[in-house]
Amino acid sequence: MTTNLETARHPETLKRVCIEPLTRVEGHGKVTLLLDEDNHVKQARLHIVEFRGFEKFIQGRPYWELPVLVQRLCGICPVSHHLAAAKACDRLIGVDRLTPTAEKVRRLMHLGQVLQSHALHFFHLSSPDLLFGIDDAVAHRNIVGVIRDHPEIAMQGVLLRKFGQEVIRVTSGKRVHGTGALPGGVNKNVSLEERDLLLAEIDRILDWAEKGVQLIKRIILTRPDFHYRFAAVDANTLSLVAPDGAFELYDGGLRARDAQGETLFDHADDQGYAQLIHEEIKPWSYMKFPFIVALGPEQGWYRVGPLARVNNCARFHTPLAEQERQDFAAAGEGRPLQAALTTHWARMIELLHCAEAIGELLADPDLQGTDLRCDGPLQTTGIGVLEAPRGTLFHHYEIDPDGLVTRANLIVSTTNNNQAMNASIRRVAADDLDGHELTEPLLNRIEVAIRAYDPCLSCATHALGKMPLELELLDAEGQHVGRLVRHADGSIAL
Amino acid sequence: MSKSFKLDGRAIPFETGQTIMDAALAAGVYIPHLCHNPEFAPHGSCRVCLVDIGGRQVSACTAAASEGMEVDSSSEAIQATRRAILQMLFVEGNHVCPACEKSGACQLQAVAYYAGMLAPHFTHFFPRRPVDASHSDVIIDFNRCILCELCVRASRDLDGKRVFAISGRGLESHLVIDSPSGLLGDSSFAVGDKAAHVCPTGAILPKGRGYETPIGERLYDREPISIVGDVRAHEEEVV
Repeated sequence: MTTNLETARHPETLKRVCIEPLTRVEGHGKVTLLLDEDNHVKQARLHIVEFRGFEKFIQGRPYWELPVLVQRLCGICPVSHHLAAAKACDRLIGVDRLTPTAEKVRRLMHLGQVLQSHALHFFHLSSPDLLFGIDDAVAHRNIVGVIRDHPEIAMQGVLLRKFGQEVIRVTSGKRVHGTGALPGGVNKNVSLEERDLLLAEIDRILDWAEKGVQLIKRIILTRPDFHYRFAAVDANTLSLVAPDGAFELYDGGLRARDAQGETLFDHADDQGYAQLIHEEIKPWSYMKFPFIVALGPEQGWYRVGPLARVNNCARFHTPLAEQERQDFAAAGEGRPLQAALTTHWARMIELLHCAEAIGELLADPDLQGTDLRCDGPLQTTGIGVLEAPRGTLFHHYEIDPDGLVTRANLIVSTTNNNQAMNASIRRVAADDLDGHELTEPLLNRIEVAIRAYDPCLSCATHALGKMPLELELLDAEGQHVGRLVRHADGSIAL
Repeated sequence: MSKSFKLDGRAIPFETGQTIMDAALAAGVYIPHLCHNPEFAPHGSCRVCLVDIGGRQVSACTAAASEGMEVDSSSEAIQATRRAILQMLFVEGNHVCPACEKSGACQLQAVAYYAGMLAPHFTHFFPRRPVDASHSDVIIDFNRCILCELCVRASRDLDGKRVFAISGRGLESHLVIDSPSGLLGDSSFAVGDKAAHVCPTGAILPKGRGYETPIGERLYDREPISIVGDVRAHEEEVV
């Protein structure tokens, strides 16, 4: 049932239920359900209905603006876009290895980013569903309810996020939309004063991060049947891994596995991503549908993000996160966990890893180094790939000999998860909604599935010039005169 | 006894032939300005230095100082007029401060802050203006040009080259470059020219420098333009 909900044979005869706007989700998305007279679900779709267009309007801009310009795609994970663009710009100026100071400052910035984004995602946006239950009264099922009923959890969430933002400020100049990374390096190091400011907080942050993992583990394991079933879909997974297969957020090789955990490709060079991943366009969404080329568009869709990363990696190099990963892996009993809400478990393990890794990095004297930038001969193509909080992020730019952008392709985490999110909401529609009179708590189940992947949809919308269109020309009496159709591949038919 | 006039109630001494702007700057009193640069003849085109003298609004950079005059440069009415002028400058081009590498060290942005401009207010024109990156050392982003003619004057009066000119009239006015292709890379322009270092916005910039000054250390990050002064005085230091 879950796979055949993408289309309906006779949609015009069906009832339409629309969840719009999706709440506690940044950006504009909606879900439409088509139901027959007996409330059986015939179609379920996640539509991303706003349009960004960054790939188009950065054309003609100087390449060195890109890290600062494209981070405006997002207010939650701008650092990921900032650094993916900076990595692509490194390649554009012929640099494939940064100075130790530059690399470590960037890694620190990114760890702060993932920590603050995960805290926001889990505590502010998703914890109301998890703490109070999906069916709780809507007036209570929100962050204000969390503050009232669980003030210590709410406070820890807020302060964890604040710490992550302080790490970003120290490394980029501002908590949101700074300028730290430059093509070939960074514009500042971390002073001893700045380091000590962060070190003063780190023990408390580690403690709260550990408590966060225990909280989600307790929630999941209290109702394992529900949490392992809800919105679960068998999916291929994609993530970066370190050369030894360990968890990696900033730089590594691409690893893809199938739903059973068997390797599809491993340690693939991110510069060759375009040979591994293609994108498909569908007429009802501004968001593209990427797939693993070897498996084709039907079978090749995949999941990215915390669930994919923690399933894919062999280990964490930080001890506390590694201990938690082993518990997580054991819960899968030999198979990767596939349920949407286990993403939150993986997310909190990652948050713990970020806290540990930040503590380790702050002790590294390279952060106070003064050798900040490298340079090299200008190239025409630059590709930067990293793991953003919600999954693998691809930035790909081409420039002319003067240094102006001629072409750009961005595959953001939300786009990578597009089909997986659609599959999950179809699973919810089939399991929980089919045949029922729809109520707010039932519809919230759809939103809970989406929030587990992503609270942020807007950066993913950029199928410019490729949306299928149909133009019909009518005369003054409304009689059909002519028709023009532009298909998704750009071809035009009369 | 030297001559003086009153600027916002403060006595400003002046010599015969000095403008209100000359005398104010010499006395260390800031009057906001964009097209004015003491190294060149007053231009009076940006109108940001408007002051009120007995109910008449004049540009301080072109109005001669005279004995006993009472000049208002800080009333809300004058600031409101300046804000409107600045808002028009902002919507006429494409001034995207959040992504501009000049942000934090831009005279246009700093003057807008000084005048209390918080939003563009008017409808953006969104003109389509391509970037000229043909020169090996300098780019011109016409989106940020405010037609102050400082580069025109610098190239003509100090560099002796006449690389730049303003062409067109009214809304069609735009900066042009004297080269067979119209591109900077085909002109006689050089990075050492005075014209490369007088732009009060991010229209003429060294190539590839980008955001190398960290936030917090940029020209106007710590103190306003009324204390820091013009971009040009600092341009010479960094190039």
